Amino acid sequence: MTDTITPYRSTVPAARDGLPALVRAEWTKFRTVRGWVVAAVVALLLMPLFGLLGAAGSHGEVGGGPGGESRAGHRAPPTGPGGEAVNDGPYFVHRPLAGDGTVTVRVTSLTGVVLPLGNGPGGLGGPAGGGPAGPAGVPPTEGGAQPWAKAGILLKESAEPGSAYAAVMVTADHGVRLQHNFTGDTAGPPGAVTADAPRWLRLTRAGDLLTGYASPDGEAWTTVGTVRLPGLPSSVLAGLFVATPGDETFEQHLGGFESIGEPAAATATFDELDTQGGFAGSDWSGQRIGATGRPGGAPGTGDPLVEGGFDVSRGTFTLTGSGDIAPFVTEGAAAVERTLVGTFATLTVAVVLGVLFIATEYRRGLIRVSVAASPRRGRVLAAKATVIGAITFVLGLVAAAVTVPLGRRLLRDNGNLVLPTDGLTELRVVVGTAALLAVAAVLAVAVGTILRRGAGAAAGVIVLTVLPYVLAVAAVLPAGAAQWLLRITPAAGFAIQQSVVAYPQVGHPYTPVAGYFPLAPWAGFAVLCGWTVLALGLATYLLRRRDA
Amino acid sequence: MEATVEVTGLRKRYGPAVALDGMTFTVAPGLVTAFVGPNGAGKSTTMRVILGLDRADEGSALVGGRWYRDLRQPLRHLGALLDPAALHPARRGRDHLLWLARSQALPTGRVDEVLRLTGLESAARRRTGGYSLGMRQRLGIAAALLGDPPVLILDEPFNGLDPEGIVWMRGFLRALAAEGRAILVSSHLMSELQDTAGHLVVVGRGRVVADTGVAELIAAASGDRVTLRTVERTEAMTVLAGAGATVTVTDRETLTVSGLPAGRVVALLNEAGLPFSEVSAHRATLEEAYMELTRDAVEFRAPRPEAAR
Repeated sequence: MTDTITPYRSTVPAARDGLPALVRAEWTKFRTVRGWVVAAVVALLLMPLFGLLGAAGSHGEVGGGPGGESRAGHRAPPTGPGGEAVNDGPYFVHRPLAGDGTVTVRVTSLTGVVLPLGNGPGGLGGPAGGGPAGPAGVPPTEGGAQPWAKAGILLKESAEPGSAYAAVMVTADHGVRLQHNFTGDTAGPPGAVTADAPRWLRLTRAGDLLTGYASPDGEAWTTVGTVRLPGLPSSVLAGLFVATPGDETFEQHLGGFESIGEPAAATATFDELDTQGGFAGSDWSGQRIGATGRPGGAPGTGDPLVEGGFDVSRGTFTLTGSGDIAPFVTEGAAAVERTLVGTFATLTVAVVLGVLFIATEYRRGLIRVSVAASPRRGRVLAAKATVIGAITFVLGLVAAAVTVPLGRRLLRDNGNLVLPTDGLTELRVVVGTAALLAVAAVLAVAVGTILRRGAGAAAGVIVLTVLPYVLAVAAVLPAGAAQWLLRITPAAGFAIQQSVVAYPQVGHPYTPVAGYFPLAPWAGFAVLCGWTVLALGLATYLLRRRDA
Repeated sequence: MEATVEVTGLRKRYGPAVALDGMTFTVAPGLVTAFVGPNGAGKSTTMRVILGLDRADEGSALVGGRWYRDLRQPLRHLGALLDPAALHPARRGRDHLLWLARSQALPTGRVDEVLRLTGLESAARRRTGGYSLGMRQRLGIAAALLGDPPVLILDEPFNGLDPEGIVWMRGFLRALAAEGRAILVSSHLMSELQDTAGHLVVVGRGRVVADTGVAELIAAASGDRVTLRTVERTEAMTVLAGAGATVTVTDRETLTVSGLPAGRVVALLNEAGLPFSEVSAHRATLEEAYMELTRDAVEFRAPRPEAAR
């Protein structure tokens, strides 16, 4: 009977086959379920909502003056040549230097004291009204020099705070260093300075190049390093300096973080000063470089220890100062990523969406229709991941791009300090937030494929991704455990939002609570990507191998 | 590509349960092949293997000479309806077809065309969560037709249809087959496929029990039985028995004649001058033919609890 039959031929015109068609199909699937579209919009709104609520409820705590003084808000810290916020308040004894030159000096002592609260304002980020402070007016405690107290030779573009510089110095606990432009730090010979073991230092300028040397005896010299300060004017200031950070202790407790800060002062003695090159005049003038962002450097307190000063007697210079010359380091609360606290909420919704996007197909048996339409099953997963990744990326990008400027403005209007961020870093934070959401949503798709159960998969991904982050930044976990979790779980990806830099040359608890992740931004993001790649691989393997 | 499905020696186990045990048959173009057997006989599993959803341990299932998994834009080659409930309830019927069309790079016009063909236009913009089973079956048929494929595989398409729907479905399947498509329709109720199926593949316990044309099968099951109604019962019995027929008495005025075609019975009665009020050739229904065919097959009487999938 088949003799008379003409087999049927499809009348539908041929078209290109491939992944783009599947991506369009998955996009159609997504946009035609109203609940998912609504969830995506909610996810988008959660980020600015949390960010702006947080900013609105946060009133300036920074820079409150000494007891009773009006809390006029903070002074923004100066910015260094690299655009970052800096402390620039060393006591600087200098002469003008035109062109090249060399300064050599011997440091014979570096000591320090902690000034009790009451002489200076409370610690940054500490509870308003100070912490467990000693009674005002008690004499300085002999707390010894701060580990990062500095004394040495400074060559600076100008007395303007934040101007370019290079300095070779001894430190209380970290040996000889060559530092420049606040963020640069090179270690030299170790060891502290005492009367029995003085340290010879030398700083040479040759054009843009500045070279620091150290010597135990003034004869055998070690090169600490050479740095280039491009654009350094011919005419600069050069001389001696002393600087010290304040004394801060940090305490993490459930749900927060407390720092108790007291200003400190350092005193250093120098002799055997020798200058070569284009130095003009013979009078050394001393000054405290302008106000610093760090409270404790506020001028006008009238305290000689805080104000600083110098004394020359028979070739021996004695300098006292209480400000630091270093990057401005504070908890991330003052950084731009503070406005993105809502990321975890958006991420939670994105994860649920990612899981549902595939798990619903298993629940309804729709997965069979999907793989019958595309027998190359890996492509179905690829198309799903592409679509959910693109959706969450775009919504994350919009949310972050709106939240950051609005949140920052609101924080500033409320008298909060918001650290300046250079454009590239801010771009990385905003785009990285979008990428964080996208990759986590793709991870959710992969885990949903592996488990085929919506509730279990969503719970799993949230426990892996959102929970460690929340526990860490909310200080539910001790700092060690939090750092460990943020290294190995997908939550490490939140590091991409960190704009603040952990500087080893500034003593600070670089913990998650304070906004510091244990991994560098891209390294943390790579951990999340690694998890996602592994999950996608397993999901593809299972999807191909299992009966649909 | 030829519009055929060739299933050869499929075997598949789910743990200890044998789902397919050497399943072999061919679906030819131009007619509806009924794929029948009790629940658990392996019909759905065979269909899933053809579609590349399940993997067979042995054997092959080729669509137009190729494995389904090697087809590009497979919905243009084979349309399938396996599970009418495989829908997202929040998605509108038309949108379900739309994403499928996108996946095969089909023009959007095809979506409206198949909606029209299956009579779903009025429900197209409703969410499928509110569809009746009959509407879901129609939507499933629409999805299967989206790529205008030469081969169709439909698993229990009559389920949930009202009598009007069953009539519609039969006519629709006949029309599709008449266009030269190869159509495999599974069912566990033979009566649904009356006047529709041209070929019959009967399966039980994972293998083919009978593979036959429906016309031959019904002829065989009908035999040459003729029902005769006459008042001259005794004389008629004598005449017909003399011509070699086997005659049995059904009731007072009715005889059942076997071994002679109806025309010959009429001629013999006329020759003998015997009056009669009815001579009718008996024609078995597809269901009767099926029952006859499977009467002795143990597969149909004591189904072991095999995996349903």
